[in-house]
Amino acid sequence: MSTGPTALIELAGIERVFHLGDSEVHALHELELRIDAGEYVAVMGPSGSGKSTLLNLIGLLDRPSAGTYHLEGRDVTTLSAVEQAHVRSTRIGFVFQSFHLVPRLTAQENIALPMMLAGVSMAERGKRVAQALSDYGLADRADHRPDQLSGGQRQRVAIARATIMQPALILADEPTGNLDRHTGDEVVRLLEELNARGVTLIVVTHDAALGRRARRRLDMEDGMIVGDTRTSGAT
Amino acid sequence: MRPLDTTRFALGAATGNRLRTVLLMLAMSIGVAAVVILTALGDGARRYVVREFSALGTNLVIVLPGRTQTGGFSPMNAITGTPRDLTVEDALAVRRASAVRRVAPLVVGTSEISSSGRLRENLVVGTTADYLAVRGFKMGQGQFLPDEDWTRGSAVIVLGATVRAELFGSASALGQFVRIGDRRFRVIGVLSSSGTGLGMNTDELAFVPVATALQMYNTNSLFRILVEARNRDAIPLAKDQVRQLIKARHGGEEDVTTLTQDAVLATFDRLLGTLTLGVAGIAAISLAVAGILVMNVMLVSVSQRTSEIGLLKALGATEATVRNAFLTEAAMLSAAGALVGYALGLAGAWVIRALYPTLPAYPPEWAVIAALGTALVTGLLFGALPAKRAAKLDPVLALAKR
Repeated sequence: MSTGPTALIELAGIERVFHLGDSEVHALHELELRIDAGEYVAVMGPSGSGKSTLLNLIGLLDRPSAGTYHLEGRDVTTLSAVEQAHVRSTRIGFVFQSFHLVPRLTAQENIALPMMLAGVSMAERGKRVAQALSDYGLADRADHRPDQLSGGQRQRVAIARATIMQPALILADEPTGNLDRHTGDEVVRLLEELNARGVTLIVVTHDAALGRRARRRLDMEDGMIVGDTRTSGAT
Repeated sequence: MRPLDTTRFALGAATGNRLRTVLLMLAMSIGVAAVVILTALGDGARRYVVREFSALGTNLVIVLPGRTQTGGFSPMNAITGTPRDLTVEDALAVRRASAVRRVAPLVVGTSEISSSGRLRENLVVGTTADYLAVRGFKMGQGQFLPDEDWTRGSAVIVLGATVRAELFGSASALGQFVRIGDRRFRVIGVLSSSGTGLGMNTDELAFVPVATALQMYNTNSLFRILVEARNRDAIPLAKDQVRQLIKARHGGEEDVTTLTQDAVLATFDRLLGTLTLGVAGIAAISLAVAGILVMNVMLVSVSQRTSEIGLLKALGATEATVRNAFLTEAAMLSAAGALVGYALGLAGAWVIRALYPTLPAYPPEWAVIAALGTALVTGLLFGALPAKRAAKLDPVLALAKR
């Protein structure tokens, strides 16, 4: 593995230990990982293998028990909570299996949420949301609340929200898990388009078909990466 | 996050759950309404008493025979013995003091007044012409007692409105004669109806010249001397001069008590002010209860919105942002509840005024400000714990829940 200047993520000696009563659970163990900018990575493995923990850790939602994490060359494990929140706000976008839209907010308000939290001005927000709505084919759904949207539309709103701050990294946790095959494919295509434009994409999935589409596949088991295969690329 | 956005977000969250919002506002509004209504009652009572005392006249110094230990007002004043008579001559001397404008000596007794067969047991007040001005009464018909020599009483009488009505019915009383004991009095005036003043209904009094009353009741001692000072600032001086004058006349012995209306008023004012404060305190307990409800409701809200909080954090919200959003929500709900409560309280005070027109039940300004302030502070105080809990939520666990 080369250590070029384009390394986006560098994990070294990562341990993540959960304490359940008296017993210790090693969710991640002796993990070493390097992901370059622009990669398309699928993380696979059985339940409890630590893939979600890995994703949370990369997304700065969780801190490792030991080891270092460099994001864009910067050691982010030592950052304060406020600085980590800023990194999440500007560099990382999340897409969840259950969409996680705020039910009382409309589609455009949900998309604008990260910008609102970041303190972006109203005018700028309106402009970017309008662009995102048309990019994701949601222009006529702007004022619909999540319960008035189909599953595919909801996930498109979620992806629009994840990309609105133009992050370097998109983390998707089972993005197609709650969708039928057809809408799932549509969502995956959207994510791959983002990747094609240079955004690094990390997808956690059970779906072997989805896993095969990624250019790089990480197989996890018992908190360790047991396989790291690179293929020529998406179909 | 911009303050305006925080406000809008919190408003959306607050209106998102109607039942919760209504319950919370109800609790808060009951607390505030209780404070507003109870203080309106307390302050109404205070104002009522103050008004009644003011009806006694203005800038008054009251001289009564007998010495009490302190200068304050106490029930003892009414029952202490009389070491030396307070006489008409004393009153005449007081009249010459520089800070005094008017003097009205007072003798009070009970007599049967009769007129053409009708008989009435009545309080008879012996006084002088100035009494009318000192008490600020108005004549209904005729005139008040003549301004004559205080030691020479003529046989005239002025009747209160009720007395006139009972003795003469619808017939005119002016110029008619009434009989008290074996004396005949010509009615020269009737007071206009004035209502009560300190429990003593002036409509039920009859007035005769002071010298006449002293003869009738066979006494030398006055019941009171009412002294009106030149103005408000002259009250202490007038009081001093009156005391010195009477002391000199009574062989150097200070055997009278002088009360200023202000002192009496101040005592009642303080007393009822304290009462109002106490009542407000009791009402404030309901605000504390409302605060605990705010906390519970907000805690439930936090647990219901766990995944939303997790999401906000994943999207880059800091702990401060989450905390502010929840605090703003609690503050808004409290403020809205407080305003509703204020309106309810005003309505309640209005109902009380409608039911008891004599009681000026208006909530005092300090109580309104205190109630609204307390509601807001309570909301923030009890909202702080839920907000902190929301801010500290672990985003991983928060997002996993659903």
